[in-house]
Amino acid sequence: MTTATVSRWDRFRESFFWYSFKRDKVAIVSFSVLLLMVLAAVFAPLLAPADPYDLALINIMNSELPPVGLSGADPAFPLGTDAQGRDLLSTILYGTRVSLMIGFGAVVLQAFLGILFGLLAGYLGGKVDAVLMRIADVQLSFSTLMVAIIVGAVFKASFGNLMFGEIAIYMLIFIIGVAEWPQIARTVRASVLAEKKKEYVDAAKVMGFGTRRIMFRHILPNTLSPIFVIATVQIANAIISEAALSFLGLGMPETQPSLGSLIKSGFDYIQSGSWWITLIPGLVLVVLVLVINLLGDWLRDVMNPRLYKG
Amino acid sequence: MLAFLVQRISQAFLVMFVISVIAFAIQDGLGDPLQEMVGMSVSEEEREAIREELGLNDPMVVQYLRFAGNALQGDLGNSYFYSKPTLEVIAEHLPATLELVIGASLIIVFLSVPIGVYAAIRPQAWLSKFFMGVSTVGISIPVFLTAIVLIQLFSIGVTVNWFPSDTGWGQWLNDFFSTEGGLPSYGRGDELTHLFGTWESGFFTGTGLMHLVLPSVSLASIMLPLFIRLIRAEMMEVLQSDYVRYARAKGLSAGRINFLHALKNTMLPVITVGGVQIGIMVAYTILTETVFQWPGVGLMFLEAITRSDIPLIVAYLMVVGLIFVVTNTLVDLIYGLVNPTVKLTGKKA
Repeated sequence: MTTATVSRWDRFRESFFWYSFKRDKVAIVSFSVLLLMVLAAVFAPLLAPADPYDLALINIMNSELPPVGLSGADPAFPLGTDAQGRDLLSTILYGTRVSLMIGFGAVVLQAFLGILFGLLAGYLGGKVDAVLMRIADVQLSFSTLMVAIIVGAVFKASFGNLMFGEIAIYMLIFIIGVAEWPQIARTVRASVLAEKKKEYVDAAKVMGFGTRRIMFRHILPNTLSPIFVIATVQIANAIISEAALSFLGLGMPETQPSLGSLIKSGFDYIQSGSWWITLIPGLVLVVLVLVINLLGDWLRDVMNPRLYKG
Repeated sequence: MLAFLVQRISQAFLVMFVISVIAFAIQDGLGDPLQEMVGMSVSEEEREAIREELGLNDPMVVQYLRFAGNALQGDLGNSYFYSKPTLEVIAEHLPATLELVIGASLIIVFLSVPIGVYAAIRPQAWLSKFFMGVSTVGISIPVFLTAIVLIQLFSIGVTVNWFPSDTGWGQWLNDFFSTEGGLPSYGRGDELTHLFGTWESGFFTGTGLMHLVLPSVSLASIMLPLFIRLIRAEMMEVLQSDYVRYARAKGLSAGRINFLHALKNTMLPVITVGGVQIGIMVAYTILTETVFQWPGVGLMFLEAITRSDIPLIVAYLMVVGLIFVVTNTLVDLIYGLVNPTVKLTGKKA
């Protein structure tokens, strides 16, 4: 067992992947920043100076304090406070956690749907392919954000505000996952079409393996690298979509804020001069999305698959 | 060509049919027209009678056919909030959104073409690299955040005192980084020109145009990086092609080659992608209009959601669906006309 892991580690260290990562400054910086943000989000309960979910700790007298460095700041709140008197640093840490959770969750769901439908469409072809890809085309032509907004609106209208707020995380994962599956399905289908013609598939057929086994055990592993690339970019897209939905009031409630709902709640106070409530979470969101996008660009260059980029 | 035409148009009808079924399902699943019409005191028998009279007890298919028939005649029901036909409400709000989209499109066209062409002709110049870097960052910034930053900078204004203001250069640097503010960031202003029908235009008055600036720039900011990258990529490909090399060998001037011969073939794919993107802008208008309280259809839709104004939500879906289907079909048809080598999708070659 140990020898196997050592050799795998050695193989990784000698791989082209690691070689090109070491030489790309942008990739190293992006990865470090992302790792830092993910760690900060995961350990938010340990790192955050205050618990933003605990209403007993909030003092309304502390509301709208500016960040340290501006006049009127309180050193207890390094990034200032929001309109309800919550420590902005803590809400941002927890908010990043919620945003990342929804981003990853939505991509896992869309990868599941996309891989399944993409494999079916590409391998089976014919009517299955025509129907699935037509649905994907129509959904894409409507723009994924529009689909997400409409589904979100319908859910909100049917569940009511309170109920929707309680299950918002799962709703958002579902909405964004369902809205964006065509992106991955198209990529998978394109690679399956290329793989299907190769000899190993013929060999597997001759040996009498079933369709399901060929699809999942033989073709799927060979289509993983483009899926990996597009999934990275899709995490960034999902985080932006979540922020947009929350900003429209169709996402996370203010009591359990994501970065998007923090920006929304801060926006109401921007005219009174409290720019930090909205712009600091905004900056965190942009940095998060930017480093994921840069990593995705780098991954694409390394793996160089012919990708559909939407 | 005829087969292509028939296929695309029949597909458009099919999509419209699916949209209408979804819209009907939403209306049927969410809205209870009875609750809006009668009070609590009405007895169950009376409710049942009204239900029967309205045809709510009919089979689903009959109800859908009635819904679709009314929709075809331009009747999508009355809005609960406005107590007017929903299509009338949408017609009142549509001009504001259209003007926003027109403003943003103008900005996109006049900025993306020169920048994209420049970045393609001189890919190594620092200015090109700067533009490409900015557009990478630009893609990562959500449209509502751009809008908020613009409001902070140009509507509220920023006063900077990072430098000692008692020295001349310190004051100058402070002034350099400070912004005036003062641009309007709320609504369309009160001086609108009445054009025709429900169209009130902000294009003809000073305040109307001032109100357009920040929303159009925000809306344009989301599409601009995409178009710059697209134009650059297409143009670079065209510049590699044989006929451009031939034109160079013939000794034509660089300007003539770049702008007359190469640009023409660059714009073909750009126009088709652009047509589709303008449809996609509808989703972003919802965000932009929310930030700027712009009285267009996007804001109207969002308000309809918070008010649970089901008929208006459904009507918006149908209208937006129609806009999408029409633009996509037109773009496909135009592309098929200009480029006859386009293959029919779903048909074996």
